[in-house]
Amino acid sequence: MKEVFVRLDRCQGCRSCQMACATAKSKSKTLFGAITETPRPGYRIYIERGNGLNVPLTCRHCDPAPCLDACIAGCLYRDEQGLVRRRKDNCVACWTCIMVCPYGVISRGKEPKIAVKCDRCHKLEVPACVQACPTKALVFMEAAAFGAEIRKNAAGVLAQASDLGRKG
Amino acid sequence: MEKSEDAASKAMLKEAERLDLTTIWDRFAAQSPQCGFGELGTCCRNCLQGPCRIDPFGEGATLGACGASADTIVARNLLRAIAAGTAAHAGHAKHLAHTLLKSAAGRAPDYPIRDATKLKALASRLGLAVEGQEINEIARQVAETALLDFSEKETPVTWAATNVTQGRVETFLKHGVVPTGIDAAVSEAMHRTHYGVDADPVNLLLGGIKCALADFAACAMGSDLADVLFGTPQPVVSQANLGVLKPDAVNIGLHGHSPILSDLIAQVAHDLDQEAQAAGAAAGINLVGICCTGNEVLMRHGIPAATHSVSQELAIITGALDAMVVDYQCIMPSLATLAECFHTRLITTMPIAKIPGATHVEFCEENGGQAAREIIRLGIAAFKKRDANKVNIPGHQSDLLAGFSTEAIVGALSSVNKDDPLKPLIDNIVSGNILGVCLFAGCNNVRVPQDQNFLIMAKALAKENVLLLATGCGAGAFARHGLLTTAGTVNYAGEGLKAVLTAVGLAAGLNAPLPLVLHMGSCVDNARAVQVAVALANKLGVDLDKLPVVASAPEATTEKAIAIGTWAVAAGLPTHVGVIPPVLGSSLVARVLTQDIKSLFGGYFIVETDPLAAAQKLLEAIRERRAGLGI
Repeated sequence: MKEVFVRLDRCQGCRSCQMACATAKSKSKTLFGAITETPRPGYRIYIERGNGLNVPLTCRHCDPAPCLDACIAGCLYRDEQGLVRRRKDNCVACWTCIMVCPYGVISRGKEPKIAVKCDRCHKLEVPACVQACPTKALVFMEAAAFGAEIRKNAAGVLAQASDLGRKG
Repeated sequence: MEKSEDAASKAMLKEAERLDLTTIWDRFAAQSPQCGFGELGTCCRNCLQGPCRIDPFGEGATLGACGASADTIVARNLLRAIAAGTAAHAGHAKHLAHTLLKSAAGRAPDYPIRDATKLKALASRLGLAVEGQEINEIARQVAETALLDFSEKETPVTWAATNVTQGRVETFLKHGVVPTGIDAAVSEAMHRTHYGVDADPVNLLLGGIKCALADFAACAMGSDLADVLFGTPQPVVSQANLGVLKPDAVNIGLHGHSPILSDLIAQVAHDLDQEAQAAGAAAGINLVGICCTGNEVLMRHGIPAATHSVSQELAIITGALDAMVVDYQCIMPSLATLAECFHTRLITTMPIAKIPGATHVEFCEENGGQAAREIIRLGIAAFKKRDANKVNIPGHQSDLLAGFSTEAIVGALSSVNKDDPLKPLIDNIVSGNILGVCLFAGCNNVRVPQDQNFLIMAKALAKENVLLLATGCGAGAFARHGLLTTAGTVNYAGEGLKAVLTAVGLAAGLNAPLPLVLHMGSCVDNARAVQVAVALANKLGVDLDKLPVVASAPEATTEKAIAIGTWAVAAGLPTHVGVIPPVLGSSLVARVLTQDIKSLFGGYFIVETDPLAAAQKLLEAIRERRAGLGI
C-alpha cells in the first residue's frame, strides 16, 4: 500500500502542499474559488521547522492509531484501505484525538467544530499535497520502494565516504 | 487542453514533439502546479526579511513580518507590475525621442523625418511654434519636449494631458493621479512600494493609476514619434502565419517591439537581394515579422507577419528561418537554445537586451544602415548552412489588410463625409448599426489555447454589430485566422456592422467591405484607439466614460499589458482580462478593481476566463453605456 513519505532534505517551506490540501477539501476544488468559500476550507498538512530542516507533517495513518483508540464517540474509524477517517456526524468535539496524536496533525475545524485530519485524498489517485510539491519532497509510494530509495542513497554516501567507490 | 487553435502552430508543435524539442508549453507544464501565494499575489519579497506569505485560508500568517496585510501586499505587487510595464514603454518611447533628436541634429542620416505633416500637427498639439520653422528645428523641439516628459517637472506629462478629453483631465486632477514625469512615476511607484512606505491599499491603487497614465503617455509618444520618423501607417495588404516563410529565400525574422532598427532593415533589405541570390536563395531576402516589431514593419511596409507571442519559437522549428533579429521586450530566452538545434542565427541588437548563446550586433542610430546590412549578411551566411532535410514550412497563411492608424481610419471615414469624417461613425452608433466599439489588445498566454479567446469573443461581438479594433499580438491572432479581411466581415459581421463596413470600404475605394477587425498597430499603438475615442467623445460632447467603447485583453501575459489595462480603466473603459491577475489574495483589491473604481473613473476591470461569458459581459457594458446616452 502506498503512503505519503517525506524526503526530509527536500522541503523548501513553500507551503504549496497546504494550498493544494485546502483546495482539495473545498467545494469548488479551485484555489480562487476555495478562498472565497464560507467557511474557508482548512488544510491538514503542516510545515514545522525542526533542527534546521523544514518538515512537512501529516497523518501517518498509524496502526494501531492512538487517535482511533482514544476516540470515544465512534467518529474515527479505519476504512477498507487502512486509512484513519472520520464519521463526521459522530464527532463530539472532545479533542481527545488532538491530545494523543504524537504528530499534532489533527486540528479543530472552523465550521462545523469537529476534528479535522488528513484522509489521504482517498478519492484521488495521488494525494493533492504530493501532486503539488514542486521539489518532490512529498512522495506517494510503497514503503518498500521508499526504503529502497533511502538505501540506494545511503549506499552512495557510504561508498563515497570510504573513498573506494568508483568515481562518477 | 489544446495548445493552440492555429493550424500552423499545431503542425509545428507536432514537429517539435517528433524532434524532441522543448517549447513554452512543455516548460509551462513542468512549472505546474504553480505557487498559490504567487497566483494570489500574497507573496512579498520587497525586503530581506521576506519572503512573507499570507495564508489565504486564515490558519497561518495573516500579516507579513512588517505587519503588511494581504491587501497591502497585493496592492504593492500590482503597483510594481504597472511600474515595470511603464518602464518598458518609457524605454521604447525614450529611444524614439533620442533618435528624433539625433535626426534633427543631423547626427543620424539614416533617420530623416518621413512624416512632416504629422510632425507639425504633433508640434501644434504640444503648443510649440510651427509657423516659419524649419522641419529639423520643429523636430528638435518636439524631441526635447518628449525627453522633458520623462523627468519630474511642475506640470503634467504633456503626452498624457494633450491626448485625453478635458473631462478626463478634471477627473485625474480630482483624484490626484496626474503624473508629472514618466520616469518619475515609475520611480515614485518603486519608492512607495519600498519597505515601510505606502501601506494603504486604496492609495497604492491610485498610485497604480497615476503610473499607468504615465504608461499611456509613453505609449502615445511611442506611436507619435515612430510615425514622424518612419511614416504614419496607411492601409496595406499583406499575409500572416508561418506559411509566409519561403523555401527559396533568405528568411529573416524581425522580433521585439521597436521600429528603429527593423524599419531600416525593411528599407535596405532588397539592396542585398543579389547577394542572397548569389548564395543560392533565388527569391532573395524575405523579411517576416514576429510580435510587435513585426506589427511595426507590417503597418508601414506590408512585411508579412510570421507569428506572434506564445508561438515565437515555432518559427525556428520550421528549419527555414535563417536569422531572427531581436530588439527588446517579449523575446523568450529559450530562442537561443532552440536556434542551436537549427542553423538559425539569433541576433541581439540592443545593449540592454542580450541573450546567452545569441550573436550580438550592437546597434546605434548613427550607424543604423550599416548595422542593418551587417545583420542581413549574417542571415545570408546562415542560409548557406540551412539543412534542407530539416525544412518543414507549414502551408498556412492568411491574407490581411492592416495599417489602420487613427489617420487612416479618419481618412477612410472622410471618403464618406469629407467635411465631417466622424459623422458617419457617430450616426451609425446612434442608429444602432454599430452597437459599440471593442479594442482587442494584449498577448497570447500559454494558459489559454493560443487565439481561442480572441476568436470566440470577436465572433460573438461582431455578430452583435460591435466594431472591432485590434493591436499587438491580438491583431496577430486575428491575422492568422483571416479576420483582418473582407471575408471576415462577410462571414461574421452582424447586418448593421456589415452595412457600415461595406459602405466605408466602397467609399474608400477598396471595392469591398473593410475588414472585420481593424489592425491599429503594435501594442504600444493602443493609444491610437484612445485618440479615436477622444475624437468621438469631443464630437459628442461627452466624456470617455459615457461612450459605448470597451477593451479586452483576453490572453494577456506581460506587465505592459497590466499597465495598459489599468490606463484603459482610468480612461473610462470597461476592460476585460481573460486570465486571472494575481490580485485575488485581497478581496478588497479585487473589489476595488472590478467594482468601486467605476464610481471614480467610470472604467472598471471585468475578469472572466470564459470567452463567451466575457463577450456577454462586454455586450452588457456596451448596452448600459448606450442606455446612459439615451440611444
